[in-house]
Amino acid sequence: MTEQSHYNRNYVEYVNRFAPPSKHFRTCGHAFLVGGGICCLGQFFRFMLSFAGLSGDVLAGTVSVLLIFLGTFLTGLGVYDRIGRVAGAGSIVPITGFANSVASPAIEFKTEGFVYGMAAKMFLVAGPILVFGVTAGTAVGVLYRLLSYL
Amino acid sequence: MQTVFFSHAPRIAAGASCAGPKECAGIVGNYVDKALSDDLFGESTYEKAERKMLSFAIGQAIRNAGYTEEEIDVLIAGDLLNQIISASFAARELPMPFLGVYGACSTMAESLALGACLIDGGYVRRAVAATGSHFSSAERQYRYPLELGTTRPPQSQWTVTGAGATVLERASGSSSPLAITSATFGRVVDFGISDVNNMGAAMSPACCDTVLAHFRDTGRDASAYDLIVTGDLGALGSRILKDLCWEKGVDLQPNHVDCGEIVYQVVEDEFQGGSGAGCSAVVFNSYLLDKLRRGACRRMLFVATGALLSTVSSGQGESIPCIAHAVSIEYREE
Repeated sequence: MTEQSHYNRNYVEYVNRFAPPSKHFRTCGHAFLVGGGICCLGQFFRFMLSFAGLSGDVLAGTVSVLLIFLGTFLTGLGVYDRIGRVAGAGSIVPITGFANSVASPAIEFKTEGFVYGMAAKMFLVAGPILVFGVTAGTAVGVLYRLLSYL
Repeated sequence: MQTVFFSHAPRIAAGASCAGPKECAGIVGNYVDKALSDDLFGESTYEKAERKMLSFAIGQAIRNAGYTEEEIDVLIAGDLLNQIISASFAARELPMPFLGVYGACSTMAESLALGACLIDGGYVRRAVAATGSHFSSAERQYRYPLELGTTRPPQSQWTVTGAGATVLERASGSSSPLAITSATFGRVVDFGISDVNNMGAAMSPACCDTVLAHFRDTGRDASAYDLIVTGDLGALGSRILKDLCWEKGVDLQPNHVDCGEIVYQVVEDEFQGGSGAGCSAVVFNSYLLDKLRRGACRRMLFVATGALLSTVSSGQGESIPCIAHAVSIEYREE
């Protein structure tokens, strides 16, 4: 940021000293428990579905779909944001968090119409993840391909 | 000179407020005219709910003052939504002229001060000053969708769901003892805070600037007031304000109170307290007005603070310019 005429360095430093710190130990604990719980749930689905005879990509895909459904469903019930408030990254990083980030703006902007509201704003939060995810994926893919020629 | 002295001291005829369930669990619960059990207020969207709260507060304040809508000469109102739609759309249903103002969370003090100016100048007989905010509509506009599972940083505040309106009238013929004696219009102050979650720290310098200007112009000091009420600095912002004033030789400690700090009883995830235009509007028009009317507080300096940012400005990395307006209210028995 450029140094603006009104910028008061002393004040900014003073405020930073004042700002209450996040309770890292507690928030990390919560994130670990909830994030781990979601992963365990995924693993549980995996076991159950493999008993049902699924395997390979179909099994992996079905587990993801189940978790996405659960994330979206809990978002619709208004529960996921409460979990997220406590768990932080624990519920943002798993695939359920991605589902939440797509479903929540869809619910929020429904009031502005289905096309320009819900559909257009649906990727408000998840958009950057998609853009950078796809870009990074493509870049790594191209690199991998090039390296395989060596 | 930033302060306007009112030679005829316009009176506060009445006030009215309504607030959401979370707010009514706190200190204002016993004083509001309507405590909502449902924060949608029976509407289909939060924007409509905010508008309905504002309409209700305006209508109820006029009824409390014993007037009809036709007897009000002007409505001065604003809110936090883009293009101040809540105030404008509420005014659509009303017969009086409308002046839309935007001072972010300082709108209550700004509209009170402007209303008092118009009355004292003899241009209008009666004016209504009003504003409101809604947690869910503000959250959508300034932050993330409601259902998104994010954590709130510990220095953040919680936008108050509520609206408040005050009816002002001429001193002559008024039976109200509550006089607005002076108003200090604030300057825009920006010390370079750019953290949108730390509004209290951003607004404190503006608040300090206005309070000091008021004392300088009036020749008073903090002890001249029973209560110096700030809008929505929150716990952290209040502490910083007291520090800043102390550095300038003014001690606010004994009689300072912050609406944002007191509005929520249970500090759960509101962290530093309440914020939003509705914060000072609700607390002033319920709890504080009751204190004033009963004479429990005879001289009050009401300083509402506002952060004049938008999502565009903060997205472009700008710091947060802030403002504060002060209104001096005194109890007069004559």
